[in-house]
Amino acid sequence: MNGLMDDAAFSRALKSRHRRGNIWQRFFRLSTIVALLALIALFLNIANSAFGYALQDYDIAPTELVEGGDIASLDNARLVAMLAEHQPRRLAVYVRDTLSMVDASVFTTLPLSRVLEGRSYPEALASATIPEVTADDLQTILRDNLTHDQLVSIIEEQVIGINVLRTWSLTDSLTNRAQIEAIAAENPRANLIFRSWLDLNFLSSPMSGNAAVAGIRTAILGSVWVIVITVAFAFPIGVGAAIYLEEYATDTPLNNLIETNIRNLAGVPSIIYGLLGLAIFVRALETITAGRTVLSAGLTMGLLILPVIIINSQEAIRAVPSSIREASFGLGATRWQTIWNQVLPAAMPGILTGTILALSRAIGETAPLIVIGASTFILSDPSSPLSRFTALPIQIYQWTARPQPEFRAAAAGAIIVLLILLLTMNASAIFLRQRYRRKLTA
Amino acid sequence: MSNRNLSITTPLDIGRDPRLLNARLKRQDSTEPILTKQARPGEMLIRAFLLFCGLLSVFTTIGIVVVLGSESLLFFNSGVATLTEFFTATRWQPQAGEFGIMPLLSATITTSIVAMFVALPLGLGAAIYLGEYARPNVRATLKPILEILAGIPTVVYGYFALTFMTPLLRGMFGQDTVQIYNNAAAGLVMGVMILPTIASMSEDALSAVPRSLREASYGLGATRFETITKVVLPAALSGIIAAFLLGVSRAVGETMIVALAAGAGPCVLGDTCFNPFAAGETMTGHIARISGGDLSYNSVDYNSLFSIGLTLFVFTLLLNLISRSVSKRFREVYQ
Repeated sequence: MNGLMDDAAFSRALKSRHRRGNIWQRFFRLSTIVALLALIALFLNIANSAFGYALQDYDIAPTELVEGGDIASLDNARLVAMLAEHQPRRLAVYVRDTLSMVDASVFTTLPLSRVLEGRSYPEALASATIPEVTADDLQTILRDNLTHDQLVSIIEEQVIGINVLRTWSLTDSLTNRAQIEAIAAENPRANLIFRSWLDLNFLSSPMSGNAAVAGIRTAILGSVWVIVITVAFAFPIGVGAAIYLEEYATDTPLNNLIETNIRNLAGVPSIIYGLLGLAIFVRALETITAGRTVLSAGLTMGLLILPVIIINSQEAIRAVPSSIREASFGLGATRWQTIWNQVLPAAMPGILTGTILALSRAIGETAPLIVIGASTFILSDPSSPLSRFTALPIQIYQWTARPQPEFRAAAAGAIIVLLILLLTMNASAIFLRQRYRRKLTA
Repeated sequence: MSNRNLSITTPLDIGRDPRLLNARLKRQDSTEPILTKQARPGEMLIRAFLLFCGLLSVFTTIGIVVVLGSESLLFFNSGVATLTEFFTATRWQPQAGEFGIMPLLSATITTSIVAMFVALPLGLGAAIYLGEYARPNVRATLKPILEILAGIPTVVYGYFALTFMTPLLRGMFGQDTVQIYNNAAAGLVMGVMILPTIASMSEDALSAVPRSLREASYGLGATRFETITKVVLPAALSGIIAAFLLGVSRAVGETMIVALAAGAGPCVLGDTCFNPFAAGETMTGHIARISGGDLSYNSVDYNSLFSIGLTLFVFTLLLNLISRSVSKRFREVYQ
């Protein structure tokens, strides 16, 4: 007996070895396909909810209010008069929700000069409290302070009162049309419309408790404010740290500590940054940040993406050939002159690409914003770093967490906006990188 | 007379001012070069600012440790729970004064295990396919598409888990078995989220294995599959382990998917915990839910969040450190 097989046994074994190899190769290919299918399912699922039939009815049809039913064509005075006619008791509520600068609990007890600080109101009423103001004066206040868009959306919500009775997904809408129409026929007052939950109104309307008229303008503006502060804070510091580590740092324990620390920070879960922001920016520095504001959120996000910006910038700076630095030193430039005039311009496309990618992470980040307390329901747009705010991912979270299907549909619409935003940012990062590459090779 | 403005001292100057002679002699005696480095306060200031930028990341870490530590200390000193109770008590019910982290921890473990059951085989499979089998042009198209998965915000995955995966699971296993909020749907979608991370790190590890090893294996008559499983994978094992650990750390720290799909209340230990089809709030999910509501500072609820946060931080930090030290070892072998 020697250890070798005879030819027949060998070729049999070879066949089974190859068979096993082929089966596993199929598994490997399958796992790639499963990942791609998951991606496709994710996109289809979102599109499926964002478009489809909706059965809606009105408390008062728009055509009963105005000839032709186009509310937006009326001027502010007509709109406020309409509001006063149909909802006379709620005028003070609109003032509270849209114009008040103070907490709801003291809204009725403080004088107008405090309640409406910075808004326009009749001078004579400065020391009056809300219950003392007449309906006519409330109308004046609403008319003078609200924009046309705000008035239109209040009318839509409070007077016309669109109710979404039922929604259908895109697949149902396409395949079960007869059944849907049968259900619609049972509600003669309601009308069946094919609704894209993502439309211009959706982008321009403020948040609302009614899914039919709710929009994401406040959320988009909130996200923009947060991102602007994030960049203003994280970009200079991140690039500064990268320059220090690449151009100045020598192999000392302190510098190694900084380097290791940055790598570790990149792996800390985002919700921990939320807790950090809550304790430091929202509570400890409340006198500066005014609590749960855009500023606190931006600084927290800044800390979150700082390690990513540093690591990406380091790579970009490292890629600058050292001959450029040596030539600059040889001409008598100081270290900083070399960095500022030679290294940074050469590394800038790479740094910008890395920063955009880091920002696209920040814009979708939800958990830290929840922890530091983004408001769940605000109607006024953020106007300064010290405004309370909501953000696009927070809005998606809120709507998804609600059980009503119409809010899920609105969430799907908001997700599409978020994904388009991310796609644009990533595409611009790739574009920047490609252009830079071409420049280097040319 | 015009010599005065020049820095070179000539004998003529010395004759005029004897002090210059002393200065010249002194310079010749010393070993110092005549051209010394000029002090530049501006440069020093910039350097100090850049160092500060670098140090800010260290301050962030210190800030995290101090904040989590001090608030946790307040929590443990308030008398509602001792450290031992915190880790051994079996119920988390702040209203009843019970603070045992086990139910939250077990839900975190359940979702993470489900996630890794999806992410590890599929991620590794995709890495092997893309790295070892796929033709270059196929690879060049598939890889960026796979990377899209890594860029999707987690709240979108949460939406996907709740509106797609949950109904799918309930359709497959029955409405009675699978609850509306359950760890399985959250875990499966989390697995999809982590998959690209595992795939790209594993692929890096596989491609770092030298060609010569593969060629030697082929030369001995091994099939491609045998080469992969018996030569390439063992050689890349430390890199794959590092990827796995990093994946676990991301699963443990993931918030939005579990906040939306895994349930809004701690599971009951001994009953529904570790049942993937039952609802169970994870550590991150609990922090998100409680802090999302109206939370008053200095309450026990508020402090308890930080003690959960500290547990989470220590867990993920350990996983990251082990992952990095494992992958460092692997780098030393082949470069």
